[in-house]
Amino acid sequence: MADSLLTLAPQAPPSGAPIAIAVEGLSHWYGHGSMRRQVIDGLNFRVAAGEVVLLTGPSGCGKTTILSLVGALRSVQQGQVRVLGQELNGSGRRTRQQLRRSIGMIFQGHNLLRCLSAEQNVQMGADLLPGLSYRVRRDQAREWLRAVGLGDELHKLPHDLSGGQKQRVAIARALAAQPRLLLADEPTAALDSRTGREVVELLQRLAREQGCAVLMVTHDPRILDLADRVLRMEDGRLVEPGSGQRLWGRDQLADVPVQ
Amino acid sequence: MLRGWWGSRRIPLAWLLLTRQPVRLAVALAGISFAGILMFMQFGFRDGLFDASVTIHKLFDADLVLISPRSSSSVSMAGFPRRRLVQTLADPEVTGVTPVHWSLLLWRNPQTRATRSILTLGFEPTDPLFTDPGLAAKARVLSERGRVLFDELSRPEFGPVAQWFKQGRTVESEISGKRIRVGGLVSLGTSFGADGNLLTSSETFLQLMPNTPPGSIEVGLVRLRRGADVAAVQARLRRELPSDVQVLTKAGFIAFEQDYWRSSTSIGFIFSLGAAMGFVVGCVIVYQILYSDVSDHLPEYATLMAMGYRLTHLLGVVAREGLLLAILGYIPAFAAGQGLYLVVRNATNLPVAMDTSRATLVFSLILVMCMGSAALAMRRLGDADPAEIF
Repeated sequence: MADSLLTLAPQAPPSGAPIAIAVEGLSHWYGHGSMRRQVIDGLNFRVAAGEVVLLTGPSGCGKTTILSLVGALRSVQQGQVRVLGQELNGSGRRTRQQLRRSIGMIFQGHNLLRCLSAEQNVQMGADLLPGLSYRVRRDQAREWLRAVGLGDELHKLPHDLSGGQKQRVAIARALAAQPRLLLADEPTAALDSRTGREVVELLQRLAREQGCAVLMVTHDPRILDLADRVLRMEDGRLVEPGSGQRLWGRDQLADVPVQ
Repeated sequence: MLRGWWGSRRIPLAWLLLTRQPVRLAVALAGISFAGILMFMQFGFRDGLFDASVTIHKLFDADLVLISPRSSSSVSMAGFPRRRLVQTLADPEVTGVTPVHWSLLLWRNPQTRATRSILTLGFEPTDPLFTDPGLAAKARVLSERGRVLFDELSRPEFGPVAQWFKQGRTVESEISGKRIRVGGLVSLGTSFGADGNLLTSSETFLQLMPNTPPGSIEVGLVRLRRGADVAAVQARLRRELPSDVQVLTKAGFIAFEQDYWRSSTSIGFIFSLGAAMGFVVGCVIVYQILYSDVSDHLPEYATLMAMGYRLTHLLGVVAREGLLLAILGYIPAFAAGQGLYLVVRNATNLPVAMDTSRATLVFSLILVMCMGSAALAMRRLGDADPAEIF
């Protein structure tokens, strides 16, 4: 039984591995003036290359904000965020746009382009790779769709695919850009439990094969065991090991709300 | 190079955005084509009318044309002394002249007896009048007094003259109360000021218009030696001739007539306004289509930005949508324009035809319409915030 327990939130990865994400003293506020509200408060954590880290916690605790900060979608207000060797505090729009090419993102809603077939959607990811011919990029897109088990659905439009299939296309699209970091926001939210677990297993396997770090926000307790580490957040901070819960057993995860 | 471009192409997002929404595309293309057709028709009518005003002017065999400075258009030609035309013969470059009498006279329809004004030109039958060499032979009959050549392209209101003549009947009618006989048919064409045309000899013309002052003509045709510098001769004649006569080139004579219709009537304004309305309607439709297209796909555009696509890339997508709409909308407009021109030509005898400059003008306007609308719709892209998509 003890083997199935997960160690909670050692904030640093095993030493020696190259660091994909290094966050130090990160704070973030929304709004202005009296409406200003702190959502992240002095956060520190690291994710090594090739690591799969889950970020969990009650809704509104700032998980998604972390994704958008680490994903270079939002400018950093305070603290250090180093992603793939690039410091994001004070970085320009262009730097962030360039960095985003190395970051794959998977969204709660799959966010596929409705007018593009599965293959074309995945190729939108591959199209970001420089110096490859159209044919090569298309073949890569097909390869990725086969890898996610959709080799027979290449030419279907998103609305002809099931929820799980759409999410798998989104994973293929994210991986097709050959990212070194994958950010996923509740990728299982719209899926039933079995499909959700399958999708995350697939994501974990493919990311490992690519040596790609994964930071995934989730409410879903059924996938926590797929992670190398789980970070738990509450009110804008990570729950420190030693501040109560050192270990999570499967039975203790029931209090994690599922959206 | 083209091969390289094709090999390194990306997913044609603009094309797919348009073609995967066929209803929206059809509405957009219908709107653009409608605007294009409207512009083609309005410009066609305008140019056709201006062109029609100079049907006769274009036919004259002349390098320079003398008219009275008091003449304002083909419907109000004033006389000037014929001596001036003779004077031009003193110039070494001038090889020949033709004095022409020009007036609108009342023709009586031989069938219904109704009268209608017809443009009548009087000239010496032995002198060249038109560049068409076939006229000289026909003009021979005019040496007999009281004979006229009737323009078979005249409007039918003048009576079935051509038809009767071809049947071999003797066609006689009345002009200004004087009996005349149709001695032959010519093919000239109607114009703005004249629904029909008659050619006759100077002698017959003066008989029909006994009040014409002696030695007065309305138009003097001047022919120059082959290879002569027309502008230089024009300048020289202007200097030498008194100010009771205007020296125009043939092109200037045509422009003089067109300018009258352009400036003294509201035709130009009316048709340009019609075309402008087509343009505005097109702009509104294309803008609406592109704006709602961008709005509908805003989350998708934000996703693309999150993936690392640049804003300029997305602006390019919208711009390409505009360009594709312009090209796809122009093709049916051009085809329909051709067809409608044919219909108009058959119904009105107006010389309306597709020409390169108008085809280019309408395409440019459609392009401006689509690209301008695309540029306005692009502002909506600024609302695509990748930070909001998680």
